[in-house]
Amino acid sequence: MTALAALIRRDIKIALRVGGGALIGVLFFLTVVVLMPFAVGPDLALLTRLGPAILWLGALLASLLTLDRLFMADHEDGSLDLIVMSRTPLELTCAAKALAHWLAAGLPLILATPVLGLLLNLDATATSAVALTLLAGTPALTFTGMIGAALAVTLHRGGLLLAVLVLPLSIPVLIFGVAASQAAISGPLSFGTPFSILCALSLVSLVIGPFAAAASLRHGLD
Amino acid sequence: MTLIDLANPTRFLTLTARILPWLAAATAILLLVGLYQAAMAPDDYQQGSTVKIMFVHVPNAWLAMFVWGVMSLAALGTLVWRHPLADVAAKAAAPIGAAFTFLALVTGSLWGRPMWGTYWEWDARLTSVLIMFLMYLGLIALWRAVEDPSRAARAAAILTLVGALNLPIIKFSVDWWNTLHQPASVLRMGGPSLDRAFLIPLLVMAVAFSLLFVTLHLAAMRNEILRRRVRRLQMMQAGRRSA
Repeated sequence: MTALAALIRRDIKIALRVGGGALIGVLFFLTVVVLMPFAVGPDLALLTRLGPAILWLGALLASLLTLDRLFMADHEDGSLDLIVMSRTPLELTCAAKALAHWLAAGLPLILATPVLGLLLNLDATATSAVALTLLAGTPALTFTGMIGAALAVTLHRGGLLLAVLVLPLSIPVLIFGVAASQAAISGPLSFGTPFSILCALSLVSLVIGPFAAAASLRHGLD
Repeated sequence: MTLIDLANPTRFLTLTARILPWLAAATAILLLVGLYQAAMAPDDYQQGSTVKIMFVHVPNAWLAMFVWGVMSLAALGTLVWRHPLADVAAKAAAPIGAAFTFLALVTGSLWGRPMWGTYWEWDARLTSVLIMFLMYLGLIALWRAVEDPSRAARAAAILTLVGALNLPIIKFSVDWWNTLHQPASVLRMGGPSLDRAFLIPLLVMAVAFSLLFVTLHLAAMRNEILRRRVRRLQMMQAGRRSA
C-alpha cells in the first residue's frame, strides 16, 4: 500500500513540476474552446447550445494529448522496467499510475470548466452539470486510454496510432457525458439515467483498464 | 485431429490445400442457391423490391460481428495458449472482417435511402457498426505499424479483446436506444417474426456468407504463412550475403 501511495505521490510531483507537462493539457483545452467561436461564429445563443459538446470534446482531446506521457517517460529513463519487475502486482501499479495521471491531468480540466463555461455563455446550472459529468466521465477516458498508452509504449509508437486506437473506445463516454449534460440543461430526459450509465462506464473501465494495460506491458516489454 | 496438431504450419498447409477446393465449391453453390431464392422471394407489401437488399445486408452485418468473435478466440489463442497459428488467424481475419463491416454499412445506407429517406442516420446501431469499422481499421493499422509479427500479435490480441466488449453494446443498443433502426427480428424471444418466404433465403445466404468467410480466412492464413516463409528466406539470404 505504501509503495502505491509513494508511486502516486511521485507521479503527481513529476507531472506538476518542470518537464511534466500535465498542465499543458489545460492550456490545450483552453485553446480548443477558444478556437470554437472562430469556427462556428460569435453567436452566443448557438454557443450556449453547443457549449456542453464543445467542452466535452475539448476535455476528450486534452486528456488524449497527455496520455502519451503515462508510460513513455518512465520507459525512457528505465524506471518502467523496475516497476514491472517489482513485487507489487502490476495491475495495481497501473491503476495507481492512472489515478495519479487523472489527479494531475484530468482534475485540472474539470477545475477549468467554470471559466470556459463563461466563454461559451453557459449559465451556472449548465456549467455545473458539465463539470459534474466530466468528473464522472474523465476517469473512464484515463483508464481506457491507459490501454492505448501501454500498447504504444511497448510498440515504440505513440502519437497518431494511440489516438486511432483510443478514440473509438471513448465514444460511449462522450455520448453519455454530453447526453447527461444536455438532459440537465434542457431536458426532457432525466439527468439520472445517462449519468448513472456514465458512472457505470467509468467503473467498468476502472476494472478492465488496469488488467489490459498490465497484460500489454507484461507481454510487450521483453 | 486437435488444434495442437495444426500447430505445425506445414501440416496446416497440406490440410487446407486438401479442403479449400471443396469449401470454395460449397460456398459458390450455396451463394448461387441463396441469390436465386432471394431473387425469387416475394416483394414486401410495404418496402417493395428493396427488401431484397436484406439478403445481402443482414449476412454482412452478422459476419462483421462474427469475425470479431473469431479474432477474439484467436487473441485468446495468442495470449493464453500461445498457439503458433493463432496470430496468423487473427491477422488474416482483420481485413476480411473490415470488408464485411464496410459492405454492411454500404448496403445498409443504400437500403436506408429509399426506406428512411436518408443515406445515413446517426442511430445507435448504425453508429456502433461504424465504430466497429473504425476499430477494424485501427487494428489493421496496429498490425502494419510494427515490423516484428509476434510483438504486434500480442498488442493486437489485447486490443481485440478490449474491442470484443463492444460487441454486446452493438447487439443490445437497439433495445437501449430504440430509434429508427428496427429491433431485432430473427434472434429474439418467441421465435422469428420474419415470414418463412424471407427467412429461408436469408438463412441460406447467412450460411453461404459464413462459408465464404471460412474459405477466404483459410486462404488468407495460407498466404500469411507463405509470406512469412518468404520473408524469413529473404532475411537469411541477406544475412548470408552480408556475412
